[in-house]
Amino acid sequence: MADSSPATDTPGTPEAFGPDLAEVFGPAAADGGPELVQLLTPEGERRHHPEFDLDFSAEQIRGFYRDMVLVRRLDVEATALQRHGELGIWAQLLGQEAAQIGAGRALRPQDFVFPTYREHGVAWCRGLDPLRLLGLFRGVDHGDWDPAEHNFGLYTIVIGAQCLHATGYAMGMQRDGVVGTGDPERDAAVIAHFGDGASSQGDVNEAFIFAASYNAPVVFFCQNNQWAISEPIERQTRIPLYQRALGFGFPGIRVDGNDVLATYAVTQAALQRARDGQGPTFVEAYTYRMGAHTTTDDPTRYRLSADVESWKLKDPIARLEAYLRRNGLVDDGLVDTVKAEADELGERLRAGCTSMPDPQPLDMFDEVYAEVPDELAAQRAGFADYLESFEEARA
Amino acid sequence: MSTQTTPQATPQATPQATSQAPSQKITLAKGLNMGLRAAMEHDEKVLVMGEDVGKLGGVFRITDGLQKDFGEDRVIDSPLAESGIVGTAVGLALRGYRPVVEIQFDGFVYPAYDQIVCQVAKMRYRSKGHSPMPMVIRIPFGGGIGAVEHHSESPEAQFAHTPGLKVVACSNPVDGYWMIQQAIASDDPVVFLEPKRQYHGAKAELDDTATPPPLFSSQVVRPGTDVTVLAYGPTVRTALSAAEAASNEGRSIEVIDLRTLSPLDMAPVYDSVRKTGRCVVVHEAHVNLGLGSELAARVTEECFYSLEAPVLRVGGFDIPYPASRIEEDFLPDLDRLLDAVDRTFGF
Repeated sequence: MADSSPATDTPGTPEAFGPDLAEVFGPAAADGGPELVQLLTPEGERRHHPEFDLDFSAEQIRGFYRDMVLVRRLDVEATALQRHGELGIWAQLLGQEAAQIGAGRALRPQDFVFPTYREHGVAWCRGLDPLRLLGLFRGVDHGDWDPAEHNFGLYTIVIGAQCLHATGYAMGMQRDGVVGTGDPERDAAVIAHFGDGASSQGDVNEAFIFAASYNAPVVFFCQNNQWAISEPIERQTRIPLYQRALGFGFPGIRVDGNDVLATYAVTQAALQRARDGQGPTFVEAYTYRMGAHTTTDDPTRYRLSADVESWKLKDPIARLEAYLRRNGLVDDGLVDTVKAEADELGERLRAGCTSMPDPQPLDMFDEVYAEVPDELAAQRAGFADYLESFEEARA
Repeated sequence: MSTQTTPQATPQATPQATSQAPSQKITLAKGLNMGLRAAMEHDEKVLVMGEDVGKLGGVFRITDGLQKDFGEDRVIDSPLAESGIVGTAVGLALRGYRPVVEIQFDGFVYPAYDQIVCQVAKMRYRSKGHSPMPMVIRIPFGGGIGAVEHHSESPEAQFAHTPGLKVVACSNPVDGYWMIQQAIASDDPVVFLEPKRQYHGAKAELDDTATPPPLFSSQVVRPGTDVTVLAYGPTVRTALSAAEAASNEGRSIEVIDLRTLSPLDMAPVYDSVRKTGRCVVVHEAHVNLGLGSELAARVTEECFYSLEAPVLRVGGFDIPYPASRIEEDFLPDLDRLLDAVDRTFGF
């Protein structure tokens, strides 16, 4: 190989390129900070935005406040129920209330939601009884609600798989003629929830490709909570996540996910694009997972408490309450009323969870198939006899 | 809501006769194509999707002409991503459609494996019946076409092992025509295996006014008295040839085309083995932990006192599919099958 060393003027050596080559290739990373859409600062000051400055009514903002306080209580209660051994595990939403309530309240009844396993706040907005969320985590079912009842899909444990289901569902809406008709009661869209970790999954990226290819009415709503269990966002991406959308051929936007007003406005706009037949949008809700990944996780092993403390200053509920108080939109009466409601919810969840009946052993055979094969029916019957034999022995 | 709008076709619904002549000679490819067409005419919720299924009509031309007649909304050329195809089909099924997905070749199904076994197979179960998955996943399978690697595989056991899925394999043009319609009418997800080597092979007479047997049933396709051979998909033809050869030597082989691999339809198998006392299973898939292992176990459990010999398995060796110049040495052929039949008489 001695003769293969190139001469210094050979095309391909650094000297052969122009002086700004590094800039042509662009920066290796960018934080995307200035692009963050924000309508409410962490201090609770209202900011204005040329595109997303919706005229929120006081009642609407108080509604957001109530929603967020109640879903935080739901989260706290469920976490406590896990600590008491009543739930096997719980995926906490602490810190992500604004992202979920903002996105959830932007939906119309005819829209359809494909959640992860952490979308308790969105479930709340869809009118799903929070008690029904607990079954999966208690181990009595795999999530037994009818997705068609509230247009809210089952929680999906396999990371990112639901983004393809959302895209396919949106393709079905296109075929059903409920996209771009101009009728606000008819036009519908799908929202696919996922996180920063899921953005690395093949299924999520394939969903982007299918949605772009067919111009499907789907909003990809990514809650970037900075952590995929122990792995920081830098392990998943070297560019701001929302910028990935451009490469797939649709717009991406980063919104302050701890700002319920901004999240609502941006999601609303993205959903409307979809309903109007203008195709998919990527919304990156920039937020922070204040709690652990789940109740089995110990974040002190991989992140600094100083980081958590800095995000506490951006708390979504505190900032909205500060705004409400500063503008005289709330008084202690309302705060107390919501707190009383939260107490009532907590009590109902505790009582409901502990009294949730276990399924019966034979229930495990239910609904594997529409048409039950004889072999499986025989297996079930054999197991029933086996169980029965113990009853007879006792008698 | 849309999931309630799913047509209530019963799994055993009689497929629709087409307007073709009452009797005609067709290939397997033609039978499948006609069956797909009939299903699409019968139910407007039926969609066909996959790579190259539209304009091209599929690389094997199974969907030939369907997009022209049913439009791009119902015959969907997809991006080149198998998980994406199956995953979006899940969403379409949730919306009330009945997607018929084509995986271009057996060896390319694995990127979709997670969607098939974790999502398609479990959706009804985890939703307590709220979300049915009436989906058909068509897979051309098996070898013998001189292809490069990943184009000749037999992955059926991987799906038959998964609760929630049903798995069938057609072996001839007439079954292709009926079974694809029955699979589409099923409210359960069906992995539908097609022996690609025979797509454009021997023709058979189709009487589309006939009543087909139920989808999830095995059929005796050649009666015999001395030994039972269980086959499906591409090896049914091998088994029939072997039976013909054996009959010249005075040995009577009963051939059963299993047709359904999950659930297995064991009653005709047990009846046959109790009669013959001998059983050989033949498939192209690797023998180790293949369908033959399950069949041998079940036959042994149920027919123990009738058996004159252990159940023998003939199949692909436990190696990755070899280079095509030697694939005929890998695939079970008439001689290897007859060798196993002979051995059942040596006990």
